[in-house]
Amino acid sequence: MAELSKNDEQEATPNVSEVETADVHSESEAVAAIEAPVDRGEPILQVRNLVKHFPLTQGILFKKQIGAVKAVDGVSFDLYQGETLGIVGESGCGKSTVAKLLMNLERATAGEIFYKGQDITKLSGRALKAVRRNIQMVFQDPYTSLNPRMTVGDIIGEPFDIHPEVAPKGDRRRKVQELLDVVGLNPEYINRYPHQFSGGQRQRIGIARGLALNPEIIICDEPVSALDVSVQAQVINLMERLQDEFNLSYIFIAHDLSIVRHISDRVGVMYLGRIAEIGSDEQIYDHPTHPYTQALLSAVPVPDPEAREGRERIILTGDVPSPANPPSGCRFRTRCWKAQDKCSTEVPLLAVPERFRGEDTPAAHESACHFAEEKDVVHAA
Amino acid sequence: MPDMTKSDTATAAPDAVDATAPAPQPVKAEKTRSLWGDAWEDLRRNKIFLISAVLILLLLTITFFPGWFTSANPTYGDLAKHYLQKPQLGKVFSPEWLGYDQQGRSVYARLIYGARASIAVGFGTTIVVTIAGGLVGMIAGYFGGIIDSILSRLVDVFFGIPFLLGTMVVLNSFPERTAWVVIGALGFFGWTQLARVMRGAVITTKQSDYVQAAKALGASTPRILFRHILPNTLAPVIVVATISLGVYIGSEATLSFLGLGLNGVSWGNDISDGGNQIRVAQWIMLYPSIMLTITVLAFIMLGEAVRNALDPKTR
Amino acid sequence: MTIIEETAPVPAPREGDDGPLLEVRDLHVEFVTREGVVQAVNGVNYSVSAGETLAVLGESGSGKSVTAQAIMGILDMPPARIPQGEILFRGQDMLKMSAEERRRIRGRRIAMIFQDALSSLNPVLSVGYQLGEMFRVHQGLSKKEARTKSIELMDKVKIPAAAARVDDYPHQFSGGMRQRIMIAMALALEPDLIIADEPTTALDVTVQAQVMDLLAELQREYNMGLILITHDLGVVADVADKIAVMYAGRIVERAPVHELYKRPAHPYTRGLLDSIPRLDQKGQELYAIKGLPPNLLRIPTGCAFNPRCPKAQDICRTEIPALVPVTEQDGAELVGRGSACHFWKETIHG
Repeated sequence: MAELSKNDEQEATPNVSEVETADVHSESEAVAAIEAPVDRGEPILQVRNLVKHFPLTQGILFKKQIGAVKAVDGVSFDLYQGETLGIVGESGCGKSTVAKLLMNLERATAGEIFYKGQDITKLSGRALKAVRRNIQMVFQDPYTSLNPRMTVGDIIGEPFDIHPEVAPKGDRRRKVQELLDVVGLNPEYINRYPHQFSGGQRQRIGIARGLALNPEIIICDEPVSALDVSVQAQVINLMERLQDEFNLSYIFIAHDLSIVRHISDRVGVMYLGRIAEIGSDEQIYDHPTHPYTQALLSAVPVPDPEAREGRERIILTGDVPSPANPPSGCRFRTRCWKAQDKCSTEVPLLAVPERFRGEDTPAAHESACHFAEEKDVVHAA
Repeated sequence: MPDMTKSDTATAAPDAVDATAPAPQPVKAEKTRSLWGDAWEDLRRNKIFLISAVLILLLLTITFFPGWFTSANPTYGDLAKHYLQKPQLGKVFSPEWLGYDQQGRSVYARLIYGARASIAVGFGTTIVVTIAGGLVGMIAGYFGGIIDSILSRLVDVFFGIPFLLGTMVVLNSFPERTAWVVIGALGFFGWTQLARVMRGAVITTKQSDYVQAAKALGASTPRILFRHILPNTLAPVIVVATISLGVYIGSEATLSFLGLGLNGVSWGNDISDGGNQIRVAQWIMLYPSIMLTITVLAFIMLGEAVRNALDPKTR
Repeated sequence: MTIIEETAPVPAPREGDDGPLLEVRDLHVEFVTREGVVQAVNGVNYSVSAGETLAVLGESGSGKSVTAQAIMGILDMPPARIPQGEILFRGQDMLKMSAEERRRIRGRRIAMIFQDALSSLNPVLSVGYQLGEMFRVHQGLSKKEARTKSIELMDKVKIPAAAARVDDYPHQFSGGMRQRIMIAMALALEPDLIIADEPTTALDVTVQAQVMDLLAELQREYNMGLILITHDLGVVADVADKIAVMYAGRIVERAPVHELYKRPAHPYTRGLLDSIPRLDQKGQELYAIKGLPPNLLRIPTGCAFNPRCPKAQDICRTEIPALVPVTEQDGAELVGRGSACHFWKETIHG
């Protein structure tokens, strides 16, 4: 078991620890394993070689597969209890598909997702329901994630209808009002409809729904990208407060690198269905070793013209290739300024680069590049 | 360099680390509105809607309480008043108001009693096609895959059959054509349009985030279908159903005109009969035709008005 | 895009004209809705000169896009109406021009780039055709000449293999490439002023940088005026010369770009700057502006920002602050700076 040493950032936290599969023989044992608490800093969710291919088909009645969109293609990471793991990447990199797979909203093509040692891709019935209770999601668009025909009370109370064991019937209204209060909304709004609220308030309603069942993990898919700047900060602060209050673990998926740095303990950078680099926020932002991470960071516009002028900018050429037909070898090689023959033939593994291995440096974190080297692109030279 | 600017701006932060914003004011405090509420606001001011709604209410009253409008018996023929007795337009609401037909029956009374057949067939068929088409569309749209492929092809096959020809073939094999038989025949060939509308609406709705959210909570399929998807697909279905109501009333009259409609009093039958006497007694055909046109128009206008009211883009 | 046969002359740049290219004076725009009158723009003043980039910064509902639409003359009237104000293009008030005169300016002298390139391009026509149409209609070029010009233009906006892609349709291009095509269309007639409404918001970070760079480069080359409308403080910092910050239909602060970030003179600007996390350092809790943006049907009395402002006093609730010049503590003028806050002195110096 790998220790998550939060105090000692220098010691690279291995991205992938050994999975301790729970030894269960019946559904009730599985449920018991799912209900068991996990210590802070222990892995709570372990994703192994996760793959999701969406088939491309042709034909009307009898469909013939003519290819596949490789949305997620071999992703592995751990989520530790009480931490926030940020996942960043551009559109089409597969980060939202990862969220759907973790929520069991899509069936994985291959790979495993261990929640407390149980592979949730293979669960069903009561055990799956128990997992669903413990892993919740906050959606990107507060305008489409709430049913416009339901009142706020019905929306936040729906988890209790589905999992009646969590709150007895007579207790629900009070619970819903408590939840409204927790997310900073007036409990008297219980009979209002979603369209009577602004974007930020709706996102609070979405968060309240996510909290209702007292989950352990919340997967946040771009939770603030649809909000105005002045409201984003309110929601981010709320999420941080709730994490402390309810001892939550977050997977925070976003394209805004500044917000991810702010909220995350560890960050994974995705490109075309794979993780390019993963490490603590300091390792990724201040000591990136993968060229894609470096390009991504250098492209972020910084609201500070003076800091900007001293920074090196890497402007990538071209566009992200289609995930239906990704490049061989390293997927980033078509846009990479370091690419060599080796990059088109050999897939770089996500591991601590050899040159940094065993060294006591923040650059010693996992990076899927044959020619990984450190480069600070965030701070002014 | 960045530190300099940071320290400069950061001084404002401590006094207002008011992250847990106080319960913010609602966007609109006094009015509680929903999509339907908004639509109602829109409809209340819509003249076309008001006119068609009044007409439809009047028609429904006529259907259920024909006795309020005439004391005459629509099937009682007084041969002394055969069809040469012309309308006496001055005698409003009296049996002789709109004249008599060739068997000496009051055209006005037949107009009043004939509404029932049209309305019964119109509403009955609409209910049948909404339920049948809606169900098929919902199953096809929600489950997708091979189920959708099969059901969609089935819809295409039915769509390929000419609507009136199909119903005529079926009705021709029934010697006694009650309202149920006509509704069944029209419904059998008419459900496809609603199935298509419903399927489209369900496919759009099922991809929405709130349905995903319900799935993520572990909601059962019936719960997702009836609590989340159905209420959000009703708007287009209601619009199409209202418009098709008018169409079915027209179809019933067409079938009656062709001698394949309801047995008994109906506008279609009267139009058919009247057609034979059009050169000597135009009124026998004229008045049922006017009523039919007004009725069909009222439902189509109502449907259009509701469609516009429910579609924010047309506002 | 509407294209009209051109024969009449357009107001040509006058020799030695160094006044602003475009000047907006006390512009008001309202929308009449069922719930009442939405006051979207309430007295906006700004100007932009040739070769200059003005960034208009604001959140949704601040009136930044409505102002741009009013300049372009593409507001739907009704429900919109302009009860007051002037929009001077090279000194001539466009609001007083005939529809015909305005059309001559729109597209030729002032062009606009929208956020959503996909819906701004006609999906059933090739991009080459759509680009060429500008030349065929406005300059009367032949099909062949227009095609050559289109390829040149696509090269200009750095679309790789332009000659091979000129006959492709919009959906065959990626988001970044489509935005380049939009830029090419805006540039086709070499306008004096480009209005870009959130041109990179829909794009990925790495592509965003490419497109912004291109836009800045072309602006320098053609010495155009550029009005950049955005909500992103980062994008603005990169390219703008001066910034106007809008809130509830008013400009609350204006400043040259470096000055604004270093020393904001309005509590709203300061709040915005403090509420965005930093890329280069891990911060503590974020500063959050409390409350919500105002409902434009019921803008608060006095300063529209007062319910959310940490510095609000009684005067802020009764008196609308005017946009006044900002000075150094010793009274020395700060060129190009203004703030619409009763307490700007405390905000900038305090």
